[in-house]
Amino acid sequence: MNKETNQSNGSVRTADLVQKGLARRYKTEKRFRMAGLCAIIFSLLCLAGLFVSIFGSGYTAFQQTAIELDIFLDPSLLNPNNLSGADFNGLVKTSFFKLFPEVTDRGEKKKLLSLLSSGASYRLSDFVKTHPDKIGQTVSLFVPADDDVDMLIKGHVNRNLPETERRLDNLQLSLINTLEKQAKIKKQFNTTFFTAGDSREPELAGIRGATCGSFYTLLITLVLSFPIGVAAAVYLEEFAPKNRFTDVIEVNINNLAAVPSIVFGLLGLAVFLNFFELPRSSSLAGGIVLTLMTLPTIIIAGRAALKSVPPSIREAALGVGASKTQMVAHHVLPLAMPGMLTGTIIGMARALGETAPLLMIGMVAFIVDIPAGFTDPSTVLPVQIFLWADSPERAFMEKTSAAIMVLLLFLVVMNSAAVFLRKKYEQRW
Amino acid sequence: MTPQTALIALLLLSTAGYYLGRKRAMAVADKTGGPKTLHSRPVYYGTLTALWCAVPALIIFSFWMMFESTVISNMVISKLPESLQSLPADRLNLIMNDIKNLVSGNIVSGEDNPALQAAADYYQYLRSISHGALFVLILTLCIAAVSVLQNRIRPDLRARNHVEKLIYYILIACSTLAIFTTIGIVLSVLYESIRFFKIIPLHEFLFGFKWSPQMAIRADQVGSSGAFGAIPVFTGTLLVSAIAMAVAVPVGLMSAIYLSEYANRKFRAFAKPLLEILAGIPTVVYGFFAALVVSPIIRDTGALIGLDVSSESALAAGLVMGVMIIPFVSSLSDDVINAVPQGLRDGALSLGSTQSETIRYIVLPAALPGIVGGVLLAVSRAIGETMIVVMAAGLSANMTLNPLKTVTTVTVQIVTLLVGDQEFDSPKTLAAFALGLLLFVVTLILNVIALYVVRKYREQYE
Repeated sequence: MNKETNQSNGSVRTADLVQKGLARRYKTEKRFRMAGLCAIIFSLLCLAGLFVSIFGSGYTAFQQTAIELDIFLDPSLLNPNNLSGADFNGLVKTSFFKLFPEVTDRGEKKKLLSLLSSGASYRLSDFVKTHPDKIGQTVSLFVPADDDVDMLIKGHVNRNLPETERRLDNLQLSLINTLEKQAKIKKQFNTTFFTAGDSREPELAGIRGATCGSFYTLLITLVLSFPIGVAAAVYLEEFAPKNRFTDVIEVNINNLAAVPSIVFGLLGLAVFLNFFELPRSSSLAGGIVLTLMTLPTIIIAGRAALKSVPPSIREAALGVGASKTQMVAHHVLPLAMPGMLTGTIIGMARALGETAPLLMIGMVAFIVDIPAGFTDPSTVLPVQIFLWADSPERAFMEKTSAAIMVLLLFLVVMNSAAVFLRKKYEQRW
Repeated sequence: MTPQTALIALLLLSTAGYYLGRKRAMAVADKTGGPKTLHSRPVYYGTLTALWCAVPALIIFSFWMMFESTVISNMVISKLPESLQSLPADRLNLIMNDIKNLVSGNIVSGEDNPALQAAADYYQYLRSISHGALFVLILTLCIAAVSVLQNRIRPDLRARNHVEKLIYYILIACSTLAIFTTIGIVLSVLYESIRFFKIIPLHEFLFGFKWSPQMAIRADQVGSSGAFGAIPVFTGTLLVSAIAMAVAVPVGLMSAIYLSEYANRKFRAFAKPLLEILAGIPTVVYGFFAALVVSPIIRDTGALIGLDVSSESALAAGLVMGVMIIPFVSSLSDDVINAVPQGLRDGALSLGSTQSETIRYIVLPAALPGIVGGVLLAVSRAIGETMIVVMAAGLSANMTLNPLKTVTTVTVQIVTLLVGDQEFDSPKTLAAFALGLLLFVVTLILNVIALYVVRKYREQYE
């Protein structure tokens, strides 16, 4: 942009026009660029907000408030040969009352007892069953506190609220204060969360049942979808003739990849549950539905992996006399396998986070028992999250966030494995 | 004799078949002068035996398992006392459920009934017979396959070609599964929908203005009679999807433009994986986020400026859904923008246009078909998204375009109609399938158009 040259040529106009507009145009340029940057920052802020809010409300769930009781294991009450019939609840009650000799009124005793979880007697019963030699001695044992106490100790409940707006009244609050002063109440690592099934009581609820259910469901999905997906990808990429039939299959696969997952749930309900009468809520039915859902992902990834194997390898194999099947099985497939595995892991990660189709086939039921097989009624982690998110108790919100953290951890591990595989075995030809 | 044992036995028998076939081939070859006189390597004779052993038995096994319980149920029903058999179909279903619960040792609803107990015993008896028969059948098939092949194995048996042919058919069978899935979806959804449209006429469903699927279950019950006009449900779905797209399209597109045109390698390597994390988060997590974080924020902000925001507003669900779709839009647009030939950009830049002008007047118009395809795919995703709306949007079907009000969507209705206990033949449950059919058809049309557009576009620059 040299003004003098332009002037000497006598064609001032265009250059001047350009010059005049330049400032405005550069401004627009800057604005456009900023808009792009803002878009990315917005997305990243959303991501950060999501993680911060979930981790912020969930990390406390890994600790659980427990109350220490000195329990005299009375030999007259505990018969070592018939422990299941023993009155553990009574033992817990008497030892808890002993801590507060001043509480005598019936109503107040009831309020006192409500500070303990209903799981306290189970904790004692477990302890006695594993240590029958301790009968006749006084043991000090931490038993779980009620979820309202737990919320208070963790500071999720404001102690200064008026009594009517609190779940715990003034008496209970003062009792808790006494316990705190005596150091009889403290937060411990929450093992229940990892070892228990679902429960109506937040302090007794855990994710083991859902994790086992997820494991069985994913196992079925993997066992079915990996071989079928690889076979389909190999057929379409290596063997299929170019004709109408192949086109139909291809269009079908591409469409299935974009069908809403809930439609697969409808299919599962109508076909697998009502027609073939597979057991309702079982990980078998869930696994089959998720197989149908993840197959397109695996097939598409598998085809991409096969496509990236250069034709020279195929030609070399055929050239030394291998049959087409031998060429694929001995040369192409091993080279494409890392890519296929990556696709499979990503598909599995999607299946692990999937909720909607499983709601349709009844995996949303309240199931306390930990599933022991493929046909047992079970639930999976995302559905457990959905169930807990619906529960009104404040303590369940914390549990939900914690369960989400566990789910995200699994997903991170799976996706990192996929990235690692891709990095390690990626080949550029 | 459980099916699992049958499956394990099948596996063991096939393995045995493999070794027997290989051994036989070696033995045969020894007579004619060593393995080199065989047509194929001994492994193929073994594989052939194992395949013939496993595949037919597996097919029989799966069909048996598919139809076993239906057949047994029908046989049990035909043995029930007359008084029970004459019950209407839905009551009969309940009784069948009770019988099955008795068999599996669960708690049964209602009182103990000797007829039911007898039926349960009969059911168990039939099932054990069926499992026994299946086991024997599979065993016979395997042994027959092995013995036939043992006689057939000769040096001139073209075992490799046979094996390859079999594998070829297995591959075809696996790839046709996609077709069967589609057919299964269409048939199952269509079948129930037709039953629904027999009760509620199609035009009433498509053009009705009132949606309240609560039906009186008993004839004498006072209550709503059920109205199945789906227009409010459609408007709700469109509203939520529109909000989602209003977030996802500009943000996703601008991120894609910035990442592919402006960002340096380092920033790209940092931001792109982070964006992909957004795509990998399960939808139930977004739902929880929408219901517990975003909804209250929107409600409180609304209250601050004097707006009456419902606690299950369409806005919250739509916003979070939009965030979920951002990476989807951005990665699709990224692909498309990268596919625009560099020459077009260079030409525009050399004529003196700024980078943003190049993008707006040259790159985007060139990439437009692909972007439109990507957006259509995103719309189909938004329409079919379930968990976010189930957790954050409401149930009441309001005919409104006000994003601050509660609306309901197709997927929410499907979930609420089908989760929980209800009889399977009532219009209420069937309505879910009609909505499912509609959802399937709409998303299918969107996908077909989008895939066609994207493919056409790719061909243009290749």
